[in-house]
Formats: sequence, structure tokens, C-alpha cells
Amino acid sequence: MNPSAPALAEDAIVRLPRGVRLREDKARGGWVLLAPERVFQLDPVAREVLARVDGERDIGAIVDDLAAAFAAPRERILGDVRAMLADLILKQVLEVV
Amino acid sequence: MSHLDDPARPAPPLGMLAELTHRCPLQCPYCSNPLELTRKRDELDTATWQRVFAEAAELGVLQVHLSGGEPAARPDLEALVASCAEQGLYTNLITAGVNIDRARLEALAEAGLDHVQLSVQGATAPINDHLANLPGAFDKKLAFAREVTDVGLPLTLNSVIHRANLHQIPDLVELALTLGARRLEIAHAQYYGWALENRAALMPPREQVMEALALVEAARERLEGKLVIDAVVPDYYARLPKPCMNGWGRQSLNVTPAGRVLPCHAAETIPGLTFLNVREHGLGEIWYDSPAFNAYRGTAWMPDTCQSCERREIDWGGCRCQALALTGEASQMDPVCERSPYHDEVQTLAIVDSKRDDDFTYRRFSRQSA
Repeated sequence: MNPSAPALAEDAIVRLPRGVRLREDKARGGWVLLAPERVFQLDPVAREVLARVDGERDIGAIVDDLAAAFAAPRERILGDVRAMLADLILKQVLEVV
Repeated sequence: MSHLDDPARPAPPLGMLAELTHRCPLQCPYCSNPLELTRKRDELDTATWQRVFAEAAELGVLQVHLSGGEPAARPDLEALVASCAEQGLYTNLITAGVNIDRARLEALAEAGLDHVQLSVQGATAPINDHLANLPGAFDKKLAFAREVTDVGLPLTLNSVIHRANLHQIPDLVELALTLGARRLEIAHAQYYGWALENRAALMPPREQVMEALALVEAARERLEGKLVIDAVVPDYYARLPKPCMNGWGRQSLNVTPAGRVLPCHAAETIPGLTFLNVREHGLGEIWYDSPAFNAYRGTAWMPDTCQSCERREIDWGGCRCQALALTGEASQMDPVCERSPYHDEVQTLAIVDSKRDDDFTYRRFSRQSA
């Protein structure tokens, strides 16, 4: 993880900024994040996380939901989600509300 | 069998450049449009563009770059943006920003526009307006940039870099931050079309290019998370060729104002290739089956040196149009590559051009075809 990435609290709420869209990519399969001049092809994990990013639920609630849906240890999910979202914030395709 | 299951089938394109018109209030001497510009009477009509956008979405295109010329010279721009939005296509408006007022910008946003890329020809009015050959252009651009962020649309600032503005890179970074841009493109001039015509007036000296690259790299690190900086590198002084278009017919296609479909801006300079028109052919047919798109696709067409190179699927053989412009043969190695027999000649040519004192030939419609 990039050392300059901001630390994300569990009660932080994130959203896709205007100009960034999540959509299915039927022609190639999978889901993509569309941003200015860039296309991010998402792996299934990233897709599950971003599908829960709605600008209302905080990170803690998203992690709870993922832990329940995938019957996985909450602490590990929290670490992964934080790292992933921080990276997307650095790339400017996600913002803290 | 679907296209996904067939390994021999090329992947569908991700992006489409829609050159809606060649009309433009600016006359930049490095314009990527061809020297022979298409007239208004020969442009595709609204309904044809709308059909093309539907075909693009069906084919797998995700992003459409609405460009020109100046795309806002088309009165139907809002309708075209709305068509793209209906198809789920991400729309990027590439504009000079001198002829879109607040009401029109709001209408474009309302129609579903996703992103605005604004060109500046320099970081100050004298340089900008001299390059654009349009007095007052810079002030209009600044006002437009403020409207874009005020309306809430994400803004990218794009500047083509050459001898006359290379020293302004730090100022361009500052300008992007001041204007609230989320992204900055520092695009060194690529010598095709009008830029090739003006190469002796544009080519910067080698040492200044190297300094500029270091400046951009430092700014990118310093501003990570605040401003995305993308650089298009100047390749005449490089050792390795650029992966032009990320490979011929691999990720993107261009539709010209008259409806011809090209793998890249300058492809029409290559003799012997026939480019099909969306007036007569479907976009999918052109992408998968036309001889022009298959001519330099993949690696089979490559000269032996490229075929045996470990970078063949990184550089994709570099640029065909550059090979043609500098060696006379489109199927030659990109002469920028240090393994090309023309490599030294290209470096010398750049150094010689950088020391000349030529005037610009501004981009204009030719008188003969008026």
C-alpha cells in the first residue's frame, strides 16, 4: 500500500465522484470502473466492494455486509477493503464524502 | 460461438474517437487532423452518428471521445451526447472551450456528459493565443474551465508541448491546480498531420525535453492523490518506440467527420489501405473483418527484428504512420527504436529541426477545395 494513502476510518463514507461510473462490461465479461480517459477492469472482489459503495453506508457497514455474505473473518476483510479503497482514492476514482 | 470464445478473434475495442467535425475556431500548428480537412457539407448527419454510437456500444466500446476540430461547432452536440448516454457509453468532450456558453454547458451536462477535456495552448495568454492564432482565446478558456467545475463536471486540462511552450510545464501544473482540474495531460507534440508539416518550428532541443520529462515526473509524485498527470512522451529522442494506440486495431478506433473508420488519426497517410465508411458498413464488420484493420494487427506483420524482440507485445511495433513518414515504408520498424537502421538518422533530424527558426503554418482549410 502506498505510504501516502490516507487512513480510512470505519465510519468514513466514500462514493464515486462525478465522472466515474461502475458498469458491467458485457462484451469482455466482468465489471469496469470508467473514469476520465481510463478504464479499470475490476476483479470479482473489487466488484463486490464497489457494488456496496453508495455514498451512504460507511466502511464499517460495508465490511459487515461482506463478512456476512462471504462468511470470512471481519478483520481481514476490513484490512483488504481499506487498502483497496485508499488506493482508489489516490487514483482519484473514489472520494470521501 | 461468441467472440469471447474464439482465441483468433481480436478483442472488441474499448474506446472510440468520434471526430464530429474538422471545423475549429483555433488554428494550432500541431493539430492531429489531416492536412486535407473535411468540409461541413461532407460531415455525417445526426442520425448516422447516433446509429454509429449504438453500433459502438453493441461492439463493446465503453468510452467515446467527442472530438474534432471543435465538436461544439456541431449544433447537434447535445443530441449526440444524449445518444451516447442512452447507450451507456462514457462521454468525454474534447474541446478548445472558446465557443460553449454556460447554458450550452448545462445542456450538455443534462444530456449526460461525463467529462470535459479542455485544451490550452500555453499557460499564459500571449503564448496560448499565438499558438491558437486567436486573440482572446486564453481568457475564454479560463472562464470556460471555471464554468465546467462550477457545473460539477470533472475537468482535464490538456496541453500539447513543443519548443514554444516547453518552459511552461510548471506553470501548466499550477494552472491545472488553480482551475480545479482533476487531471492534466502533458502531451509532447506527435509529428503527424499539421505537426509534421510544422516539425521544424515545433521540435524542442534534446536537453530541454529531458529536463521537461524530469519536471513532469517530479510533479506527478508530489501531487499524487491531488492531480492525475499523464504524459505523452516525445519519441524522436527516445530509444524505444511508443506502443502507438496500444497496438493497431487492438483497443480503439477513430471515426472521421466524413465517416471513414481508422485505427488511428494518421492512418489515411498510409498508401494501399482502404478505409471503410460507416455510411456503407457496420462498425463491427469494419473492426473485425476489414483489411485495413487487420493489416498491422497483432505481431504477424512485423519485420524479423520486431518478431524476435521481447517487447513485441509491449510496443506492438511502435507506430506505422511514423515508420511511413520517416522511412517511406509503413511496414518498417518504427525508426525511433534503437534497433532500427534509421534510428541515428531520426535523432539527427530532430536535432537539426530543433535548431531551425521556421514560422508556423497555421491549420486552415485549403483554398482549392473551398
